[in-house]
Amino acid sequence: MSPALSVNGLTVTLGRHQAAPKVIDDLSFDVGPGEILGMVGESGAGKSLTGQAILGLLDPPLHMAGGRIEVAGERIDGLSETAMRSWRGRRIGAVFQDPMTSLNPLLTIGRQLTETIRTHLPMNAASARERAIRLLSEVGVPAPEERMGAYPHMLSGGMRQRVVLALAFACDPMLVIADEPTTALDVSIQAQIVGLLRRMCRERGASVMLITHDMGVIAECADRVAVLYGGRLAEIGPADTLLREPAHPYTQGLMASIPDMRRRVDMLPQIPGSMPRVGGAPSGCAFHPRCSRATARCRAERPDLVGHGSCLAACWMPGDPSGFRPEATHAG
Amino acid sequence: MQDDVLLAVNNLTVRFDVSAPALKRLITRSPRRFVHAVEDVSFTVPRRSVFALVGESGCGKSTLARAVVGVERPTSGHVSLAGRRVSGFTTRAAERTWRSDVQMIFQDPQSSLNPRWRVGRSVAEPLRTHRMVAGRAEAVERVGALLEAVGLSSEDARRFPHQFSGGQRQRIAIARALSTRPALVVCDEPTSALDVSVQAQILNLMRRLQREFGLTYLLITHNFAVVAHMADHVGVMYLGRLVEQGPADVLLADPKHPYTRLLLDTVPDPARRGRAREPMKGEAPSPINPPVGCAFQQRCPLATARCAHERPVLRSAGRTAVACHAFEERRLPPWRTSIQPDLQSAEGSR
Repeated sequence: MSPALSVNGLTVTLGRHQAAPKVIDDLSFDVGPGEILGMVGESGAGKSLTGQAILGLLDPPLHMAGGRIEVAGERIDGLSETAMRSWRGRRIGAVFQDPMTSLNPLLTIGRQLTETIRTHLPMNAASARERAIRLLSEVGVPAPEERMGAYPHMLSGGMRQRVVLALAFACDPMLVIADEPTTALDVSIQAQIVGLLRRMCRERGASVMLITHDMGVIAECADRVAVLYGGRLAEIGPADTLLREPAHPYTQGLMASIPDMRRRVDMLPQIPGSMPRVGGAPSGCAFHPRCSRATARCRAERPDLVGHGSCLAACWMPGDPSGFRPEATHAG
Repeated sequence: MQDDVLLAVNNLTVRFDVSAPALKRLITRSPRRFVHAVEDVSFTVPRRSVFALVGESGCGKSTLARAVVGVERPTSGHVSLAGRRVSGFTTRAAERTWRSDVQMIFQDPQSSLNPRWRVGRSVAEPLRTHRMVAGRAEAVERVGALLEAVGLSSEDARRFPHQFSGGQRQRIAIARALSTRPALVVCDEPTSALDVSVQAQILNLMRRLQREFGLTYLLITHNFAVVAHMADHVGVMYLGRLVEQGPADVLLADPKHPYTRLLLDTVPDPARRGRAREPMKGEAPSPINPPVGCAFQQRCPLATARCAHERPVLRSAGRTAVACHAFEERRLPPWRTSIQPDLQSAEGSR
């Protein structure tokens, strides 16, 4: 069975000319059938752009300069806007951060749901309505039949995000791209939405690419995690291993900088500096100016992803920071 | 230290009138309507400590913060800073002294800095307003020192906000807040818009500045991890009222209000992977017509008939105070013991 999503060598540039700065640089990853891939990184790492590139929603001057995107074995990059439109909504669903931007404020939620269903599936009005009501009750909207006539502004933020989830799953997509679906919500509502996303994914056998900067959300529902830094993969691997024993110093720094509720420390470990700006990527490993383990090799040569246990990390010296001695340079 | 109270909030109530216009009210015979943003809240903050107000959006924590800095007029009750009442100043000078004593940092530094002003001008603005500098040269010098104190360079004063990252902009906002040498800094979700790595930098900066300048923080947040890291005292708000308050170590180790417990349970935690969070059911009721009885009853697993008609009051429960019938009636199950925050051990190091 081919993966639900396969991204190969994705490169996105800012502008179309030859020397245009790369925002996403040779990014490759798969999302398996029924799998939840969490994609994390700081703002500007390129995680949302990856999602937009897959959905074919890159706005100029952003330009997909290279790579292949396949959904269930079918290539979808380079498709015409019309062809892409039938993919979005039908086989690829999308959930964005702010539910108010995904919903049309002038149409009732029932209309939006039935319209989506009838655009993509051969159904008459009555059965589309039935399906919409069933979807609403599945995502936990109380009194779904009455809510069909409600406008988005009449619903709370959490309810709106539930409706957006219903829309994303309306036509049984094989892949759902969820870009910061819980960031705008309160923690108690956030837990509801994360649980719902995981349940919908499991019950309907859809794969999810979950883009977020919240490690807690990732820990809770991702099967695998991809860590992005400066438009490239820093590390990718099973969530269990990657969160417990991150191999890349950037992932280690990210995990360490989260305040721990069980252990109060005076000062939090922090990664110094900030991510390079677009076009301002340093030579060698993009992370080397902020890395405490950087050596001459890191400054000169860019590391590729190499296996480290069950993870892949783009680092010349992946692994446990405590076992590292600055004098001992790489063996290979 | 116990006696040295910097900020005292006494029975503070803030309501907003959202009634229809008088004539329409008369015709439709509808009553006046009020948003009960803050209802009868009292707490004190000792000098050089951190008081965290926690709650979900709409619980009134930001309104409370605005009342503390004097932007919002209390409907009843009052706020006092170092024994002086906020509001009702008799002279401009008295008001000005108070204003320079309280500063605020907001969630989004993008919107709290003027995009058309050079950073130096923004940072110097409070100094000029409060006439704390004699001339231009002194202002430039002070601004440079402030920017260096927050980890930027004095040359950055000549740049514009858009030339900085989100974390750096928050540093600029902090520099501006510190310019008047305030005693109290009210921080409204200071790190919510930032990435975790940047959040760690800002939290560390806030702690260092607290020591250097002897600051007191009123920290408004919904992030319990930040609370556990920063706060000495915690107040949990629900629908305008404090439902639990007390020292951070005690409250987080043994929360007694069902709402606090559910909030703590919903905190996503990378260290507890694969745990099924018990999502809190339902949503907070409207503050326009708050329910009779306990505001949390609809979402509470322990609610009884008494909770539906009698509002619990904040009562002492050991070192904390809690407003809950279930606790008073000893119906509260013991709090999970396996993952208790180990806060006491680190307390000595502070």
